[in-house]
Amino acid sequence: MGSLIGRNLLAGSEPGVAADAGYADAPERVGFFTDTSVCIGCKACEVACKEWNAVPEDGLEFTGMSYDNTQGLGSDTWRHVAFIEQDRPVGTDAAGGGLRWLMSSDVCKHCTHAACLDVCPTGSLFRTEFGTVVVQQDICNGCGYCVPACPYGVIDQRKEDGRVWKCTLCYDRLGAGQEPACAKACPTDSIQFGPLEELRERAAARVDQLHDLGVDEARLYGADPEDGVGGDGAFFLLLDEPEVYGLPPDPVVTTRDLPSMWRHAGAAALTLLGGAVAVFAAHGRRGGRR
Amino acid sequence: MSPPEREERARGRRRRRGEQAMVPEAEFSSYYGRPVLKPPRWKAPDIAGYFFLGGLAGAGSVLAAGSQLTGRPAAARALKISSLAAIGGSTAALIHDLGRPARFHHMLRVLKPTSPMSLGSWLLMAYGPAAGGAAVLDVARLFPRLGAAATAGAAVLGPAVASYTAVLAADTAVPAWHGAYRELPFVFAGSAAAAASGMALLTAPPAETGPARTAAVAGAVLEGAASRLMRRRLGMVAEVYEGGRAGGLTRAAEILAVAGAAGAALLAGRNRAAAALSGAALLAASACTRFGVFYAGVRSAEDPKYTVVPQRERLDARAGAAS
Ligand code: SF4
Ligand code: SF4
Repeated sequence: MGSLIGRNLLAGSEPGVAADAGYADAPERVGFFTDTSVCIGCKACEVACKEWNAVPEDGLEFTGMSYDNTQGLGSDTWRHVAFIEQDRPVGTDAAGGGLRWLMSSDVCKHCTHAACLDVCPTGSLFRTEFGTVVVQQDICNGCGYCVPACPYGVIDQRKEDGRVWKCTLCYDRLGAGQEPACAKACPTDSIQFGPLEELRERAAARVDQLHDLGVDEARLYGADPEDGVGGDGAFFLLLDEPEVYGLPPDPVVTTRDLPSMWRHAGAAALTLLGGAVAVFAAHGRRGGRR
Repeated sequence: MSPPEREERARGRRRRRGEQAMVPEAEFSSYYGRPVLKPPRWKAPDIAGYFFLGGLAGAGSVLAAGSQLTGRPAAARALKISSLAAIGGSTAALIHDLGRPARFHHMLRVLKPTSPMSLGSWLLMAYGPAAGGAAVLDVARLFPRLGAAATAGAAVLGPAVASYTAVLAADTAVPAWHGAYRELPFVFAGSAAAAASGMALLTAPPAETGPARTAAVAGAVLEGAASRLMRRRLGMVAEVYEGGRAGGLTRAAEILAVAGAAGAALLAGRNRAAAALSGAALLAASACTRFGVFYAGVRSAEDPKYTVVPQRERLDARAGAAS
């Protein structure tokens, strides 16, 4: 492990997340590359995740949101397939109208700078040796701080249980040398699992390929280690703006600003103390000058 | 439902009579209008109450020490008792809000500088006994030196207790909180000073509340000014402090703070009933401020507009600067 002294680990690119977390011989950082251009919306990932991780049922609702009755990630949904219907022609021949269907399987981003992990007061959320972010259910006391801290709205509290839950990137399977259940089940390889470095190279090549084919709107989301969260461990290839898929366009880890927050709070505290001293000095001792 | 294309969103909701639309509704895309963020699952009475009581306790300890040092023992005693009660109440609220209250002590497994809640828990562990010792030793008239040390300790830690809760809220992705991280601690510090002054006016003999009356005015002014600056900086996100439930609470807080501060400055020195009324108004103002901030945050997280529009503007500005 390199020295942590004098390095800002709150934001920016950080190549050795697991090493910085104290793992001496960390394996390569792993993650997901979700290529939404080949997603067919079969929801095999949703089902595989629920089954493998024994995630409870969370309501069977009819939403009217295209084929999406799952609605979003939460304590009981760790993979969520979004369906977006657009009044645009499919493919590259721009002639005429048509319906374009965007499908995308969302998941916890396993951020390089994970706000959920940073703010957790119990140490329940931790960085694994694989560079992923996992909740320890025997530690979490349900303080709920991680919930509004996540810039992607991923982690949530399970009401009847009190604790928070999210994707573990199948920590148990990784330990056994297996790939996560969702990636295993995905029939089109829209969800690709592997060492993050390798996935980033593969993703860049795929974007180039799509651009060459005339799909100009193909772009990577969360792949840049210089972005607001230091890059995502689970990143995406999208065919429209992130917000169309319900993703924040420019997420930033809140703790990036923590030093400045404390400086402002310190100044406010000193204002309170100094103000009180001034007030009492002005009023003087009782019975003395009034 | 129509597809979530970039579409004009005609949402005239909660526009009150006589209120003009200052800016056109922002155009933005979202996924079927669903929130991008998860709003805090905290219960308002617990966490807004925690902010309020923590402020009352912390600023009260400062005023208690000042009163004691300047020969105002009855005011000092009243404030010490209120600080002990308030910090007890705020700790209870915090524990009550946990999904697993029996695991409260897990907060003390680690000391984590990146977590304001962790640092806050340790701060309470230091402040609570100091505030408790100050109150109990004063009432029991025992060990005056130890009591003075506890009073001083509580007075030094008090301002931190009163203002760290602003960092607790700001260190989230909630647009109305994170975007306000510079001003929020001053809003909370001013609100805390006003609340503690109000408590002094309510409980101490008028002959001893001179400094509290001045502090009430200063606290209300600080809070009002910081709150205005905060809303100016927040831009379109400031809407959540101005409309809906939070807007009502923010306006109530302003009116109560002005009334309480004016009463404190002009009447409270002469008339005990006026002092009590002013004190109650100041306390209510502080509570309204904290609940207003709380609900504003929740609303800013529940509406994707407040997440998407500022981030999109930031991206576009960066793209503009680069080209
Ligand atoms: S996406 Fe949210 S829950 Fe997942 S690691 Fe990042 S901050 Fe934590
Ligand atoms: S709810 Fe659990 S995992 Fe989340 S911050 Fe609190 S203790 Fe940590």
